[in-house]
Amino acid sequence: MAERGTFRVKTGLAEMLKGGVIMDVVDAEQARIAEEAGACAVMALERVPADIRRDGGVARMSNPAMIRGIQEAVSIPVMAKARIGHIAEAQVLESLDVDFIDESEVLTPADEANHIDKFEFEIPFVCGATDLGEALRRIGEGAAMIRSKGEAGTGNIVEAVRHMREITGGIRRLGTLSATELPSAAKDLGAPLEIVREVATSGWLPVPLFCAGGIATPADAALMMQLGAEGNFVGSGIFKSEDPERRARAIVEATTHFADPERVAAASEALGDAMTGIEMSALGDDGRLAERGW
Amino acid sequence: MLAQQGDFASHLEHLASVGAVGTEVREPADLNDLDGLILPGGESTTISKGLERDDLAERVIEFGREGRPILGTCAGMILLARDHLGLLDISVKRNAFGRQRASFEEELEIPAVAPGNSFPCIFIRAPWVEQSGPEVEVLGELDGHPIAVRQGSILALSFHPELSDDDRVHGAFASECREARSSGDR
Repeated sequence: MAERGTFRVKTGLAEMLKGGVIMDVVDAEQARIAEEAGACAVMALERVPADIRRDGGVARMSNPAMIRGIQEAVSIPVMAKARIGHIAEAQVLESLDVDFIDESEVLTPADEANHIDKFEFEIPFVCGATDLGEALRRIGEGAAMIRSKGEAGTGNIVEAVRHMREITGGIRRLGTLSATELPSAAKDLGAPLEIVREVATSGWLPVPLFCAGGIATPADAALMMQLGAEGNFVGSGIFKSEDPERRARAIVEATTHFADPERVAAASEALGDAMTGIEMSALGDDGRLAERGW
Repeated sequence: MLAQQGDFASHLEHLASVGAVGTEVREPADLNDLDGLILPGGESTTISKGLERDDLAERVIEFGREGRPILGTCAGMILLARDHLGLLDISVKRNAFGRQRASFEEELEIPAVAPGNSFPCIFIRAPWVEQSGPEVEVLGELDGHPIAVRQGSILALSFHPELSDDDRVHGAFASECREARSSGDR
């Protein structure tokens, strides 16, 4: 008998996206450019994070008509964002047949205490995390992919690096503990013991780990792959740059050939200007999207 | 193991568990001295562009025409078809079962691919074979659509044996590669 929406089927799509680049797009035209450049999926949203930052106000799920337009324009998977804890937005996205939902801190949170129960859905979810405990809590709620939060819309890779190192370092530390020490570690991480045990044994998350939040150059993409990311999300970094088409292609190339500096160098030539970027100290405490969610 | 993009790491784990040595192929020189090649699951559009960018498409076609075994899963099946590498005389329908919500797993009897018990087949936005030429052997069907086909030393599956815990497909592929090496002149 055919079974849909199993954990294996959900993480299966995440597995398919590995080694690839998922690009933020705001309309069908950008989606076509992304697909043509070799994106393995697109994230449909109304404004890229850099514009959400600039405009302020409440950022919500995208207009369904816009999502449909993008689904019709490309054959690669289409993802869309729901607000943290906004069950109804996620239901709407599932009814639209999007391939993956990003329960995202880039949008304004709808629930300050609870994330969505992702087991209730047939389609997979990706969630952001800043450290291992947060990643494992999201997996405990049913996430089929974890991404670093980074600091979206800044074009500054520093926070993504911090989060990726927190997550992978946390995994390595768990591996050094004895079985009797794991319950206490689970308590400290605020994460389900069963998943903590699984990670300690396998040495990796039970779902794919991607990088998001701050990639602006091919070298940024290669850096994150070297730090353990299994694929990259790029938001503002592409369509806020001078030549999105070439930059998109170059970031795809650098994600595949991340261990080959000559290829990354070749991909980085003649790209025009990257997005300007924001230094973290200029954000202030209220400007940090990564602090949304727990 | 073609490593442009996709779930090549899962294939490598299965190869290791059946005692085969897998290496990642990202450029033409990586193909030298290989006894067989796997085209993984992933996004066929992305992988196909990667093959062109890295001058691999022609080399993979040569590799297949020399009679060296190739296994393609999901996106790999799409790449082997007429519209891409043309190593299989088939046309495929992409995302034939629908978008991700329609993805599923099902135990299927495909004796020619996995002898004995049924095989846990995982279909992710999977293709099926729409039309095939006379030299193509259909090994398995689902709802009347071919989902496992072979032409000579090339095997293509709509589903993902690499995502299951069952090693039979990789075991058979590794044996085929060993036989091809000992019978060939390489």
